[in-house]
Amino acid sequence: MTQRTRNWLLLAPAGTWFLVMLIIPLTVVFIFSFGERAPSGGVVPAFTFEQYANLPARWAAFKNTMTLAPVGTLSALLIAYPLAYFLAVKADPKWKTILLVLVIVPFWTSILIRSYAWIFLLGGRGIPALLEWVGIEGIRLINTPFAVLVGIIYGYLPLMVFPIYVSLDKLDKGLLEASSDLGAKPWRTFLQITLPLSIPGIATGCMLVFILLMGEYLIPALLGGGKVFFVGNALVDLFLQSRNWAYGSAVAVTLVVVMLITVTVYMRLISRLGASREDVSIM
Amino acid sequence: MTRDIDYISKKKFMEELERYRKGSVTRRHFLNVTGLGAAAAVMGAAVPGLRPSPAYAGDIGDRVILATWPNYHDPANFEAFTEATGAHVQVNVFGSNEEMLAKLQAGATGWDVYVPTNYTISTYVEEGLIEPLDTSKLPNYDASAFDARYAEAGSVDGTLYAVPKDWGSTGMAINTKHNGGKPISSWKEFFDIARDKFSGRAMVHDYQLTTIGSALNYYGYSFNSVDEAELADAEKLLIDVKPHLFAITSDYQPSMRNGDAWLTICWSGDGKQLNTDMPEIYYVLGSEGGEIWSDYYAIPKGAPHMDAAYALINFLLDPAVNAKEVLAHGYPTADARTYDLLPEALKNDPILFPAQELLDPLEFGAAATLTDPNRAELMARFKSA
Repeated sequence: MTQRTRNWLLLAPAGTWFLVMLIIPLTVVFIFSFGERAPSGGVVPAFTFEQYANLPARWAAFKNTMTLAPVGTLSALLIAYPLAYFLAVKADPKWKTILLVLVIVPFWTSILIRSYAWIFLLGGRGIPALLEWVGIEGIRLINTPFAVLVGIIYGYLPLMVFPIYVSLDKLDKGLLEASSDLGAKPWRTFLQITLPLSIPGIATGCMLVFILLMGEYLIPALLGGGKVFFVGNALVDLFLQSRNWAYGSAVAVTLVVVMLITVTVYMRLISRLGASREDVSIM
Repeated sequence: MTRDIDYISKKKFMEELERYRKGSVTRRHFLNVTGLGAAAAVMGAAVPGLRPSPAYAGDIGDRVILATWPNYHDPANFEAFTEATGAHVQVNVFGSNEEMLAKLQAGATGWDVYVPTNYTISTYVEEGLIEPLDTSKLPNYDASAFDARYAEAGSVDGTLYAVPKDWGSTGMAINTKHNGGKPISSWKEFFDIARDKFSGRAMVHDYQLTTIGSALNYYGYSFNSVDEAELADAEKLLIDVKPHLFAITSDYQPSMRNGDAWLTICWSGDGKQLNTDMPEIYYVLGSEGGEIWSDYYAIPKGAPHMDAAYALINFLLDPAVNAKEVLAHGYPTADARTYDLLPEALKNDPILFPAQELLDPLEFGAAATLTDPNRAELMARFKSA
């Protein structure tokens, strides 16, 4: 067996999977998006841009997604970073494993069940009742964008913590000592050494969380009461309620395009940041 | 629904175990008094070795999959079915007929029995998604026992496709505690109060037929209208109400019960269940009209467990079983044999059997609403607005 055949054989399982589960379905969706809704639902082949022309009718769903996905990602980052920093730099090594396991523990229960728990916590008899008890009245939490944001941060926090933890854990502690020996205050050491060196972790974490949030369906459906709508929710409605596969496909294709553009711009920004960081370190 | 299984003491448990070992009590008695029967029924679904062996005429397999609506059955009946046949009932709950149709159109749902509403059956027949019923496999089905109004939609062109489950109305439930103890009586009041005193406390269904239908009723239009100008009015109203809504959902009982929501579009059985447990929640019909409907048992084309499907439908049509269903879900039955078995109080219940003048303005849903593209898109637009 030549090296070449061996390579192809090794690639075959992943390649087949990629073709059958991604490329073919995406092509089908792309073709559907130029079709028309069949009289009793579904799709009939056609070549029309009507579905794309109708996209503004889902503007609110795109707006919600494009607001809550970045806000959710940034909030998760702000909460995850100090935690990851503590785990990687400050925590006693003998506790580290246990603490890391604790971060994973929520994954042992389905996100569906955990989101249901939030329905009760945020509902009238949960946190609002507690607030009422201390004199703050008339707070409504459940079925608001805030409730969805809480659910998002809660659900995706571990995905942000781990990449940042890994990059901070690999950080050469000698650099921190050197910085301090050269007279830098701890804050300056953090900004010029720790933070720049953890950028790969931040970038990975943000990317993971952001991409998943763009396609989010479950958390808005459960904690938004059918009122806080993501593109994912609009898609489910188009396929399961209106049975308008053609329009649903057009919305799906648009979401994929929006995601590709956002991710490309993001990668460019990150690599430029990486490049400029090197300039700084050379100086 | 409370089930009175008392936990027994360790001592009592050991005594019962001894009696069972010695053979002085039956296995069923032992499982009942210890509560292990219920536990085994749950575990049985997951562990093949624990599944009860079939004691029914012929082996119908180990499971039957039912697609149905929320709060719609007495779980004890399913346990009894499993006990009698060895087939475990797996329940999938849906929020709208549109969703059921969409799943069946997409193919391979794996369902054996589903519960379509009157206005959808002709579409299922046209689309070839429903199995004609063989009444010889349904000895408990007696066509003459059913009120024709609630049974006729089950037959299309003389072929029987679906047998009646129960019927009901779509009105509204209001927690009168927040309205000076008084209910409301029209869709006009419903949508006006939802934007005013009940802002943030009202719910509409995640279901085009009833949500758009009620908004149409607000203007005095037909519940079933597919007229574009009338639908445009309904959309304007719904978009205007939306910021004031607590939620758009067809599973509204939890929020009504915990006090988060005070007003909702409501099916009569849910109204009955809520009113029974919380008398301050009233169920009322809109004076402008609304929906009267009947639900049916049917078998989708290509059901994987056909024998079990017939067995389950036949079991649920047994008047004694059906009467227990009615007590649990609170919807009236179209079956005279079952009606006779109901307690007197239920037969005279104004929620189950409203006065004729309240029923008169109600309409059966029309098949056109299910497939009308404008209604479908209106609902989706309203939700994503």
